[in-house]
Amino acid sequence: MSEAFDIVIAGAGIVGAACARECAAGGLKVLVLDQGPVGGGTTGAGMGHLVVMDDSEAQFSLTSYSRSLWHQLAPELPPDVEYEQCGTLWVAADDEEMSEVSRKQEHYAQRGVRVEVLDGAAVAKAEPNLRAGLRGGLRVPEDAVLYPPCAARFLLDRAREQGAVVRTGLSVTQLLPEGGVVLADDSRISAGISVNATGPWSPGLNPGLPVRKRKGHLVITDRYPAFVHHQIVELGYLKSAHAVSQDSVAFNIQPRKNGQLLIGSSRQFDAEGTEVNQGILDRMLKRALEYLPSLRALSAIRVWTGHRAATPDKLPLIGPSYSSNRIWLASGHEGLGITTSLGTGRLLADMLLNRKSAIPPDPYLPGRFAP
Amino acid sequence: MNNAVQITINGRPVSVPAGIVVAAALARSGTIQFRSSITGQPRGPLCGMGICMECRATINGQTNCRSCLIVCEEGMEIRTYG
Amino acid sequence: MADGSISCEVAVVGGGPAGLAAACTAAESGRRVVLLDESPWLGGQIWRGEQNAAAHPHASAWFARFDRSGAKVLARSTVISSPAPGSLLAEQDGEGFQVKWDRLILATGARELFLPFPGWTLPGVMGPGGLQSLIKNGWPVSGQRVVVAGSGPLLLAVADTLRKHGANVRMIAEQASWSSVIRFGLGLAAHTSKLLQAALLKLRLLGIQNRYGAWPVSAEGKDRIQMVTLTDGAETWKLDCDLLACGFGLVPNLELAMALGCELKDGFVRVNDLQATSIPNVFCAGEPTGIGGADCALVEGQIAGYASAEFKAQAERLFAKRRSWHTFRTALAEAFALRPVLKNLATNETIICRCEDVSLGRLRQCTHWREAKLHSRCGMGACQGRVCGAAAKFILGWEPESIRPPVLPARVGSLISSRSEKSGGHFR
Repeated sequence: MSEAFDIVIAGAGIVGAACARECAAGGLKVLVLDQGPVGGGTTGAGMGHLVVMDDSEAQFSLTSYSRSLWHQLAPELPPDVEYEQCGTLWVAADDEEMSEVSRKQEHYAQRGVRVEVLDGAAVAKAEPNLRAGLRGGLRVPEDAVLYPPCAARFLLDRAREQGAVVRTGLSVTQLLPEGGVVLADDSRISAGISVNATGPWSPGLNPGLPVRKRKGHLVITDRYPAFVHHQIVELGYLKSAHAVSQDSVAFNIQPRKNGQLLIGSSRQFDAEGTEVNQGILDRMLKRALEYLPSLRALSAIRVWTGHRAATPDKLPLIGPSYSSNRIWLASGHEGLGITTSLGTGRLLADMLLNRKSAIPPDPYLPGRFAP
Repeated sequence: MNNAVQITINGRPVSVPAGIVVAAALARSGTIQFRSSITGQPRGPLCGMGICMECRATINGQTNCRSCLIVCEEGMEIRTYG
Repeated sequence: MADGSISCEVAVVGGGPAGLAAACTAAESGRRVVLLDESPWLGGQIWRGEQNAAAHPHASAWFARFDRSGAKVLARSTVISSPAPGSLLAEQDGEGFQVKWDRLILATGARELFLPFPGWTLPGVMGPGGLQSLIKNGWPVSGQRVVVAGSGPLLLAVADTLRKHGANVRMIAEQASWSSVIRFGLGLAAHTSKLLQAALLKLRLLGIQNRYGAWPVSAEGKDRIQMVTLTDGAETWKLDCDLLACGFGLVPNLELAMALGCELKDGFVRVNDLQATSIPNVFCAGEPTGIGGADCALVEGQIAGYASAEFKAQAERLFAKRRSWHTFRTALAEAFALRPVLKNLATNETIICRCEDVSLGRLRQCTHWREAKLHSRCGMGACQGRVCGAAAKFILGWEPESIRPPVLPARVGSLISSRSEKSGGHFR
């Protein structure tokens, strides 16, 4: 065994980077490994939406906590992270969705997250390119957007300042139950604890882990500043994220700080390939055009896919695995990895350093899936 | 090129020979800077064949048109990004 | 068709010499052929303007043959993607449509290689081929001072076009050495060699300076080019100019072939004797298989057209002719090989990615193309990495990776393949 670290993190995506930063700041000797470039996995494929979501109490808690950590970090983020607090606008197309707006408003307000209910006229004023006739919406002004690969790099830069080591171009093939990792060339690196932060590939290092690949599609346009002002999401997005078996699409659009528009979203299980699925792309874009008809004529530069890491209860796995207390997990974040990366890093470091967490870590403990 | 075609460039009416491309019409009107880069540098056509994207202009309200590949038509309204 | 799609037996993408020739032989062999081209005219780059004002009898013969062939043309039609085998998604005048094919012939041609140097992004710095195309489509050059630089036989052709349209060509600077070019010229077929010599003589008589082993090192000007500095490695000199036509040879347009999964070999589409690619029923001819010029493209296109119609005997009759053009193709590459010093023209401050304004210095912080795309956004802009990718490959040795659709930017609406109004929406 060569070298020795306290923590070896497999995966230099945003979750691994956040864990590295927190652990290094806590005085631990950290090594981060990835076979590709920083943020080259799910992190580089997704939207970069920092959003509070209320699918469950535990999800709300983690996203809300993490978002506040992003707010604290925001002033330090360099320009290439493109952090922008544009807010989210959840739009309601009918009465049923409008009552969901009311429910969300109460739920968020009770938990101290600023929200505003908008009626149809207010929605039209806030976003003139939305089609006429929407019933209203919920504005969450403190949600934000950023560019994930550069955010991951920034977090790793912070980790390096605290002594962490980052090595890309190295593939981890095994996590050792006694601590440490095995690389593709069969060399070993010893560590007190290894952390699996490889997202949709995490079952490869923890066989049997209840993490499934959930494919998504995105389209990016050329620059159209002020075409939309918020990240706009249809309330049906929640139904799409909830669904466990069907392929689904839901309208979701993000204005990037540089003016390009990111158009999503889609979800599929059992679609391991990275090729663009035309049928899903058709559905996704048709859905987007239903909300933003004038999107049709904008210039699209690229379409791509990515895989999210999905767990059965839509909550991530943060903490010691159930196979070994020297193998830990920071994975399974589905579509909320960017948002909850900071909270994940903090919770993980809290557990490692025996600190009390700001939110209960129990709902995310991997042990809940112990066979 | 027998006939002339009437178009407007950034609001100004201009007469150009029939059959020329929008990029050529812009050059004839005295500008070879069609747009600015993301950091504000002046840019004009580079490849002349539709791959560099530096010749883009708004034509009849449609943004991001490759002006080197589009023939001027009667009444066309052309706007450059400056 | 009712769902807005077009069906054919042979689809040809690209209306330059290779595509025209392929469409001719496929249609003459009895197939229903549709040819798509992005521009309003046929002829690609090298025969731009030939349809209307034929300067080359060769070209007008091919146009006439194409007109007689029965092949259908879809002009102003850009191929966007291949959503399923046997199907292409395309866009014409901002509207999307599908093309269903049994056989596909890719004749997507080539584009110029732009090597960055300080000032290369100034308005007025253009590719020689690009400027030639623009001139044929009305770009004014009369009375303008133009310097032509870079590499390849194209430089002479462009200088001639410029002169004919009243430009003052101050100099042609070819980076290949005089001995390289002469050796190449002597190796050409007798009549072609004589044409080259006549062209050089004409230039001398007109007082156009022709320098070999010389290349640009910087362009200067406020808001547009006003002066270019050139060198031959020993001395440098400055020339005032209004336009700089600078390009360093051609690189193949591989994007559609790559999107279809065609295998590459040495940076070109790998094809067999019948111009068939590694993907069943997909053929490729012309520059994407090797930079060989119009005559090479014509032979390869004819073979591909016959092969797509399964007229193997006709295809085989052209093999010998193709072999001799391939000899020419190899000589061309050798004669005009780019000297390594051109990698050092760009400084750390020089912009490499024009779409996202990414400098060489920023790129040097990355180790490979994918990392550069993710972290610096190089190659993530509207040109989809065409200009910067070729430059990064030359300067840094970075290989591009798999491409994503659309193959060229398209309207969001055109990315949709199916016309049916499933979601109950109100769009067409």
